[in-house]
Amino acid sequence: MIGITESLQPLLALLCPALGSILILIFGKRPNVREAWTLLASLFQFLIIFSMVPTILDGGKIVCHLFTMFPGIDFEFRVDAFGLLFAMTASFLWILVSIYSIGYMRALKEHAQTRFYFCFALAILGAVGVALSGNLVTMYIFYEILTVSTYPLVAHKQSSEALFAGRKYLAYLLTGGCFLLGAVVLTYSIAGTADFRPGGILTGTMASHSMFIILFILFIIGFMKAAYMPFHSWLPTAMVAPTPVSALLHAVAVVKAGVFGVVRIVAYIYGVDLMQELGLGILLVSFAGFTMIVASLFAIAQDNLKRRLAYSTISQLSFIIFGVALLSPMGVTGAMIHIPFHGFMKITLFLCAGAILVIAGKKNISEMSGIGRRMPVTMLAFTVGALGMCGAPPIAGFISKWYLGWGAVQSGHLIFLGFLLLASLLDVVYFYPILRAAFFEKIPARELLLGDQEVQVEVFSKKPERLEIKRPLYWLMLIPLSITAVFSILFCLFPNLFYIYGLVQVAIRDLFREF
Amino acid sequence: MSSVVEHFPVLVVVVSLLSAITIFIAGWINRKTSCYISIATLFGQFIASLFILHHVMTIGPIYYRLGGWVPPWGIEYVMDALNAYVLVILLFLGLVCVIYSKRNIEHELPQKVVSFYTIYQLLITGLCGITVTGDIFNMYVFIEITCLSAYALIAARGKIALKASFTYLVLGSIGACFFLLGIGFLYAVTGSLNMKDLSILLPPLYGNRVVLAAFVFFIVGLSIKMALFPLHTWLPDAHAFAPSEISAMLSGIIIEVSTYAFIRVAFSVFTVNFIKLLPIFEIISWVAAIAIIVGSILAITQSNLKRMLAYSSVANMGYIMLAVGLSTSATRYPWAGLTPASMHILNHALMKGCLFLVAGAFIYKGNLWEIKDFQGLGRRMPYTCAAFVIAAISMIGVPPSVGFASKLYIILASLEAKQYVFVAVLLLSSLLNLVYFWRVIETMYMKVEEGTDHIHTSHVPRDEIPLSMLIPILTLSSLCIVMGILWLTKIPIPILNRVNVLFGLVGGP
Repeated sequence: MIGITESLQPLLALLCPALGSILILIFGKRPNVREAWTLLASLFQFLIIFSMVPTILDGGKIVCHLFTMFPGIDFEFRVDAFGLLFAMTASFLWILVSIYSIGYMRALKEHAQTRFYFCFALAILGAVGVALSGNLVTMYIFYEILTVSTYPLVAHKQSSEALFAGRKYLAYLLTGGCFLLGAVVLTYSIAGTADFRPGGILTGTMASHSMFIILFILFIIGFMKAAYMPFHSWLPTAMVAPTPVSALLHAVAVVKAGVFGVVRIVAYIYGVDLMQELGLGILLVSFAGFTMIVASLFAIAQDNLKRRLAYSTISQLSFIIFGVALLSPMGVTGAMIHIPFHGFMKITLFLCAGAILVIAGKKNISEMSGIGRRMPVTMLAFTVGALGMCGAPPIAGFISKWYLGWGAVQSGHLIFLGFLLLASLLDVVYFYPILRAAFFEKIPARELLLGDQEVQVEVFSKKPERLEIKRPLYWLMLIPLSITAVFSILFCLFPNLFYIYGLVQVAIRDLFREF
Repeated sequence: MSSVVEHFPVLVVVVSLLSAITIFIAGWINRKTSCYISIATLFGQFIASLFILHHVMTIGPIYYRLGGWVPPWGIEYVMDALNAYVLVILLFLGLVCVIYSKRNIEHELPQKVVSFYTIYQLLITGLCGITVTGDIFNMYVFIEITCLSAYALIAARGKIALKASFTYLVLGSIGACFFLLGIGFLYAVTGSLNMKDLSILLPPLYGNRVVLAAFVFFIVGLSIKMALFPLHTWLPDAHAFAPSEISAMLSGIIIEVSTYAFIRVAFSVFTVNFIKLLPIFEIISWVAAIAIIVGSILAITQSNLKRMLAYSSVANMGYIMLAVGLSTSATRYPWAGLTPASMHILNHALMKGCLFLVAGAFIYKGNLWEIKDFQGLGRRMPYTCAAFVIAAISMIGVPPSVGFASKLYIILASLEAKQYVFVAVLLLSSLLNLVYFWRVIETMYMKVEEGTDHIHTSHVPRDEIPLSMLIPILTLSSLCIVMGILWLTKIPIPILNRVNVLFGLVGGP
């Protein structure tokens, strides 16, 4: 039943951002043409990736073999259901974020926009490359491209704060990269291969148990992009980046590349059986559970909206690690499905945060009293995202939490279910104040009076509550965030939209044959 | 019927020597000709070296007997895979640097153009000679020619460079003495100077103390020449104060040709059987590992770009010697034997050549030496700085650059040798590289000049270096990526594998 198709589709999918980035550089002096290339590249990339879905749904694999690097290691793309899921999420959200960034960057008159779009395209190249890679070495190559190309985006502002964030970002992630490289070559020297195979490649090799455990720790440190505690602090710091960057890269591409890697290691390098035998699942669950709860507690204390969202991301990423570490079919389902679902919800939240920053000029939650009345559509979308994070139906987050909970029960340790519920409760605790401030608090009188000082309020001072729809550039921001919010709801009602559920099922069938 | 290519080894050396004299005479009449003669000669030599490489790979080694004298009485030039490969690298970088130097030397040393090119061509002669010769005394002579011309070229800028040059002169001469002593010892016990002959005569004498002493003399002498830690002290000043194209040649070629000489002596004069008798390669790899770390740390402490690059060269010599040290214990294709070491010789030439030429471009444009003065250069000189970034991330070892390929191969070799410490050292060193290179990149692109609050509106006028300097830089930097991909596809590996077969370091696909 499993057929392997040789095809150039994965390569074409990567050529889109590669060519796109070059064209962006060439047309750097003409903003409209430059942005058109970004949009075209993202659109084509998504279409190419989407065109691979039918083959994968039939249980096939798409392989694009380029050359052999070492005996047993090829430079090849091997698309399976799980990789395709991540690639699809990243490339679809790239389209929306591209539209959004046009509005955002122009509204704020940001400098160095060519560099911004160029690096953005390269980062997507890295993320999609990670998703489609067929083995660890190929994945490592794209993983590092992703790290380096994101640096100029994080340090975009070039203020001393941004430079510090950039340095911290590189210090953490390239150190992680070194550990990862060490782990990759060690795996290769143990197993003689580094391919991702359902069921793992390490089972049956000669290495001792302690070796496996050391290797696993190296891998986990290597995937520092997953931002688990205590190696999380680069992520909140990196929030000085422009909002589209925080949105796509720090809610989808970069951090998800990290958890994607963790899932790959657990399920496709070690394999569920070996993980269970070594007791590594429990170790990982405890790590993830700790992060889920502690990061939520940290989130409560943040006043800066983006930083709060960053801690929320840290917590939610650990849900994914948690799910896969349960090593039960339902847990892994929950983990895989949470990658696109969390991506859509978190991006909605970030885009809203950016919109608030552009229109109302506000960064901190304590200043956002009554913002719901001034920017109703934005805050509605925000509410959808926030409720989704908490796991309330009918929003996508509910589905993933449902599976995660089911997985926890299936694993036989009810305490894990307790972790999950506690973390979800804390999600409510840190999101509720934002919603309360937005909808149930009055716009401070001071702001209505002194509002004249702010350019935006001055122009529309008569009806400040309808502020958001009057600025033409704002449409470019409003539409993407509405789309992601609508999708967040649709995913709960129709989990198989974009074949997400179907793809996850194919992946699970590969991993748990008896299931 | 012998092909004309079989005469190329000697032609490469002789033409270069004649061109040095021609430049001197023609330069008397018209100063402007000297640069063009040099470029033309190097171009011809480069093409010849490509033919030699092709010939060696398709037909086999070339043996050229000078004056028809049969070895071991006469001098013999031998071209095999290793020196054909090194010859191509050295002439390529030599060509790139001479094209770059045209404008730069007119700017920096307007009074000394003729003598510069004369000595430059002598330097190339020496380097080619070291590479092609099959006679160990002849090699010594060429090493001296190379170093003497290097002393002169380093001193060309006068003032502080004189001191740097003098330090190099003293240490370099000590190194040469050690080398000569080694040759003398070998001659005393065997009565031969031909490498091939020596390798046949020596095996019965492997236990002999004189032979052991000779080997140690070779190691010490060449370690000084290649600036292996802790014998590197002459290098930072010499690299920093030489004209930039000479820094590029020093760092990218001269010290690497010394490692070539070491490999040649260790594997062609002595053999792999001799090396396996002693733990000498193990010691070398540990020293090299220390060199990597110390070189990188010292590079971090520098505030002058060229000095920083110089210390980075110390670290990179560590990479090469570490790979050489592992060569006897790594036997699996494709990272067997000398492959990682020879690979890094090319890679380092590309990266460091590019970086030094960029450093020279900053000096050419604004007399900028200190890293902190580079603010805003990313906008003023976009192409030059982009080249710097590519070369720098290659040094850090970000895929798919050349640095990544070397790093991966050396790590795989040390894993096979079960030397996990070296894996850690290599990974740590790439982080240290990150620290000192990123500081420069950050200053060039990200730091905002003090006083001006933001860069939204400030339009910095573009101020690029002339095209004849820019093209060499861009060529080298794009090769950093292209070669990196080529290494990963393993297209050039057969050349290096031929080297392993030649020296009896097994390995084959």
